[in-house]
Amino acid sequence: MHELSVTENILEIALRHANNNGGKRIKNLYLVIGQLSTIVDESVQFYWDIISKETIAEGARLHFNRIPAEMLCLDCNQRYNPPAGQLACPSCGGAHVQVTAGDEFQLEAIDIET
Amino acid sequence: MSNQNRRISIIENILSANDRLAGENQSRLDAAGIFSLNLMASPGAGKTSLIERTIESLTNHFRLAVIDGDIATSIDADRAAAAGATSIQINTGGECHLDAVMLHTALAQLNLEDIDILLVENVGNLICPANFKLGTHYNILIASVPEGDDKPYKYPGIYRGVDVLIINKTDLLPYVDFDMQYFQQGVEILNPGLVTFPLSCRTGEGVSAWIEWVKQKVKEINE
Repeated sequence: MHELSVTENILEIALRHANNNGGKRIKNLYLVIGQLSTIVDESVQFYWDIISKETIAEGARLHFNRIPAEMLCLDCNQRYNPPAGQLACPSCGGAHVQVTAGDEFQLEAIDIET
Repeated sequence: MSNQNRRISIIENILSANDRLAGENQSRLDAAGIFSLNLMASPGAGKTSLIERTIESLTNHFRLAVIDGDIATSIDADRAAAAGATSIQINTGGECHLDAVMLHTALAQLNLEDIDILLVENVGNLICPANFKLGTHYNILIASVPEGDDKPYKYPGIYRGVDVLIINKTDLLPYVDFDMQYFQQGVEILNPGLVTFPLSCRTGEGVSAWIEWVKQKVKEINE
């Protein structure tokens, strides 16, 4: 159910920007979704196909740029992508860590036909 | 005239409309002098039990209200009312989380001038509520010992976005495999320095530290 609200928001933002820029059709949408966000691509695509019908975004393609979670160990400066079930630094085992990527949840750009 | 293709740069948070309305909710709560908490947890972690404990401890000093989000039934809202708070129920009709629109609607049903503390009980779920801000002052996550020590690793999103963590059912620690160090290491990485209250709603152990925190925050907001 979560994905439906998300997809409705994507459509609303895309239509608003397309209208502001004189777009007649929306051809592509570029989404940036971090691994720490919990969204299922297939579900968004499924809802998209239904709710974009009879709008200028009908038939547009959704492109998902998935950003892996990335951490920086503040003790030993190691950068790493944590494997499943682990978050601590693989080099020194430390938990003094900064999350540097993975929270993204944005509509980055759209392609429109004017 | 031929059609032209053009790329428009947007870079907008997908849930920005919800975020904006959450901001309005918070302004409304601030204007009424209400301190508000959004309580999130998986089903059965003890959200309603914590609410009951909180009401019992504070009802002599403050006027409390509870907004209860559930897919169906008013069992939780009834428990809050029995404990002595004004309570209203939002049945989300299948939605897995509350959002700012639902809180906005619920606030319209309450007499805000008669409330000091508002507790919002979100739908039991560790995934969706994390993405939808409501406009409450603090987001609280209630974890519980029987759920297992791997939850921060499996549901990092919700651990990233909260201001306070409660670890409930500590009375069960001797009986279940729960590696507190592994659990807390995951939490520390995702949310460094997160304010944490280990407690047991059943025995009452540790609850007073949580209550003191709430009292302190209510005082700060009214200064």
